[in-house]
Amino acid sequence: MGDRSVLVELGDEISPEVNRRVRELSVILMENPIEGVIETVPAYRSLLIVYDPLTLEIATLQHRIEDIQKKIGGIQIPEPKTMEIPVVYGGEYGPDMEWVARYHNIRVEEVIQLHTGTTYQVYMIGFMPGFPYMGELPEGLATPRRETPRTVIPQGSVAIAQRQTGIYPVQSPGGWQILGRTPLKLFNPLHSPPTLLEMGDLVKFFSIGEKEFKQWQQ
Amino acid sequence: MAAVETIEVLTPGPLTTLQDLGRFGYGRYGVPPSGALDTFSLRAANLLVGNKENEACLEITMFGLRIKALRDVVIAVTGGDLLPFYNDKPLSMWASFILKEGDTLSFRGVKGGCRSYLAIGGGFFLTEVMGSRSTNLSSGFGGLDGRPVKKGDIFTAHSPHLHLETEGRGFPQDLIPRYSREWHLRVIFGPQDDQFTEKAKTTFCNSPYQVNPQSDRTGIRMAGPIIERKPKVQESIISEGVIPGAIQVPGDGQPIIILVEIVTGGYRKIATVITADLPLLGQIKPGDMVTFEEVSLDDAYEALREMEEKIKGFKEKISTSA
Repeated sequence: MGDRSVLVELGDEISPEVNRRVRELSVILMENPIEGVIETVPAYRSLLIVYDPLTLEIATLQHRIEDIQKKIGGIQIPEPKTMEIPVVYGGEYGPDMEWVARYHNIRVEEVIQLHTGTTYQVYMIGFMPGFPYMGELPEGLATPRRETPRTVIPQGSVAIAQRQTGIYPVQSPGGWQILGRTPLKLFNPLHSPPTLLEMGDLVKFFSIGEKEFKQWQQ
Repeated sequence: MAAVETIEVLTPGPLTTLQDLGRFGYGRYGVPPSGALDTFSLRAANLLVGNKENEACLEITMFGLRIKALRDVVIAVTGGDLLPFYNDKPLSMWASFILKEGDTLSFRGVKGGCRSYLAIGGGFFLTEVMGSRSTNLSSGFGGLDGRPVKKGDIFTAHSPHLHLETEGRGFPQDLIPRYSREWHLRVIFGPQDDQFTEKAKTTFCNSPYQVNPQSDRTGIRMAGPIIERKPKVQESIISEGVIPGAIQVPGDGQPIIILVEIVTGGYRKIATVITADLPLLGQIKPGDMVTFEEVSLDDAYEALREMEEKIKGFKEKISTSA
């Protein structure tokens, strides 16, 4: 892309397998940094490598990437971590819960069962600092975005759209359907790393009550 | 040694923020680079007052900032001409100048460009967040805890008096960029240019696009002839990393030049502005007209080397005259 980045594509679909290959390339590049590379942005099916064209030539970079790509699958990389995330579902914390339940013609309890019953893979962090795009949501919960996006979504809101689920790390506008809220902080600019979740992590949600939510916040 | 007070903000203007050359290496956490949009002007301003090139400056958008010097400090104003005045006299831009204690500096209107950079000798004493002092407004961190400058803010610096001797430094006249309201941006096609029609690529390179008022540090939104996708090509793509200068085309066929406050995007990108032209993006304002020209990678690198030579030449000139 342009004169200072290379977009490495590792597939053309959203799937856990393609995303794992992205993570492998990303981890290998983190552990064996190439001088002149400024930034790597792993996503669903691609890895963006931003470099300084004054110190690194594109041909050199491309050779290095090709060499590394040959190693994918053959190198042991650390296992992703698994996180369990508490969520208070519905009510004022999940203003779209009733709508989502009606849309699928199921009860609220069943929405919660479906959402907590799956282990999700963090495909990428993007849109804003700390926002995890996770999948796959069970087929029975696949829901379109809201027709009118909200201008204010509270920090920690757990939301769904199509076959994905995500968490808003800070208050922001957004169009996803909000099912609940987590008391956990997903982004802290003063921590290292600054985000609770990283690309490749595995996530499982569990349901908590309002009282626990408030205790957790303290 | 403790930092001492340098300037106080009397009025902040519509948007004045602290920015340096940006925050890098955190894109994988969704953290965008932020930083000055016109990095050439920021670097020049810092060199004029004897700072490191990547020191933080005030990025002043359009007009309205007024400050008062709390002690003698050396300053330089570069970038867009926002009619800077010290007390009631016009201030020469692209030159270092001493504000005496009690002097005021104000930005009174938009004559050329869109953003001015104000460097202070000794810089701004601020904590770095993820390696940068740049302000991230949407997530609220960096600079002044992620907020714009406001009335009553008082800035500090270490040993600003050591920089006073840079008074009178001037950036070479022939290297100062001239801004008009018509912009010519050089681009490299890709990564999804093959998903637009041949006609769309011709349209893109041969039509002027007018800048919308909805533009901000996230992106420059433009209106003009529609850039058509090939038949059956969907509006959005699977989200991927983006860089400043990437030109994405959403469903309505109107291009948006991505700037420094996002790091991923879900629309197709027809082309990317070359690195040497990125500083210009900070000076484009609503109502301006933009045209695009395709260049080769070699042309892009040649232009980048030329820009770096300007900075390097100035640095050498300063070090030999000191």
